[in-house]
Amino acid sequence: MKKFIKKSPWILHYDGSSCNGCDIEVLACLTPLYDVERFGVINTGNPKHADILLITGSVNEQNIEVVKQLYEQMAEPKVVVAIGICAATGGIFADCYNIIGGVNKVLPVDLYVPGCAARPEAIIDGVVKAIEILEKKQETARVKN
Amino acid sequence: MIILKIIAIIILAPVIGGLLTGMDRVISARMQGRFGPPLLQPFYDVFKLLQKESIEVNMMHRFYVYISLIFVIFTTVIMLLGGDILLAIFVLTLGSIFFVLGGYASNSPYSLVGSERELLQMMAYEPMVLLVSVGLYYVDKSFYITQIISSKMPAIIYLPGVFAGLLFILTFKLRKSPFDLSMSHHGHQEIVKGITTEYSGKDLAVIEITHWYETVIAFVLVYIFFATASNFSHFIAIGVCGVVYLLEIIIDNAFARVKWQMALKSAWIVTGILAAVNLIVLSFIK
Repeated sequence: MKKFIKKSPWILHYDGSSCNGCDIEVLACLTPLYDVERFGVINTGNPKHADILLITGSVNEQNIEVVKQLYEQMAEPKVVVAIGICAATGGIFADCYNIIGGVNKVLPVDLYVPGCAARPEAIIDGVVKAIEILEKKQETARVKN
Repeated sequence: MIILKIIAIIILAPVIGGLLTGMDRVISARMQGRFGPPLLQPFYDVFKLLQKESIEVNMMHRFYVYISLIFVIFTTVIMLLGGDILLAIFVLTLGSIFFVLGGYASNSPYSLVGSERELLQMMAYEPMVLLVSVGLYYVDKSFYITQIISSKMPAIIYLPGVFAGLLFILTFKLRKSPFDLSMSHHGHQEIVKGITTEYSGKDLAVIEITHWYETVIAFVLVYIFFATASNFSHFIAIGVCGVVYLLEIIIDNAFARVKWQMALKSAWIVTGILAAVNLIVLSFIK
């Protein structure tokens, strides 16, 4: 069966405890200069509609539950992309008292986009790679009707 | 023969609706200085949603959108077969009501807000939809679309005010700014997409397909005003539908969303004055 997920990957963007640098770059991807809607990407804002969870910034004590909730509410198949160095390891905030580290401490991260802040080109590249993972996941996804 | 026609309508109407939506997305993107998605993007979206998991919130939640789709398909078939416009309008309202109930069924605060806004929108546009059928009956002495579109003069000549009123409420029907309070095409974070908040996978695809049918229904209403017994008028009617769609896209991109008070007030005042004056004048000259 033909897989349409690569033609319309919908994104959910969540800001963990980012300094907003990566967030601005994620939103820059949607502007006329980069225009990711060319590839059918929509920034949804609703986990139930989304296919790709983009998380910027590290996870802190207060948003562990929020991040888990968002992930659980997404319909299969789904991937998690950690944007920027804070989302990967905690980055410059790693030693803060409330930071527990990168996103991989709470969620199964599929892809890391490095950078501080991650460049829009790198983010688009990451999303394209994430779509490949989505396709693979769709073959083994639980399909509940 | 009639069964073949019905099957053709059921298959072709969403194809046309989907293509119109695709055109809308491309034109909107160009207006915003972007390249935009491919023309077939709405179909890719729906096929993707069909292949995704559907999260069930409760037993009744999904039932309502499927019922809504059935009623909207029924309306499309009635209208395109030239049936009773009054019946079509009431069945369409029933479809919208079931969609609203779907929003209430999930108990999510976001879809509750969406449902309430959808009800307010219906309150704003329903009187005008009824006045359209009343006006058409006044001109052609029939509620049957086949008879309305086979008269000698197009209905627009007698009903310019009613047509202008219809254009005003078409913005509600097509879910365009400034009247896209309950479920917008563009504001994907706007109260987390209203009624659709709790829908995912197949159910969301059904909602999208329902909207394609509704787009076709909206343009059939425009079409009726221009079609007459002569074959040439049908081309004019289709041309007018295209112009109206372009106008709606321009309005969509040029206006900000209004509050519900403004939407309700402006819809009732504008459509009330336009339609009432038109019908009063008509009662003197006809």
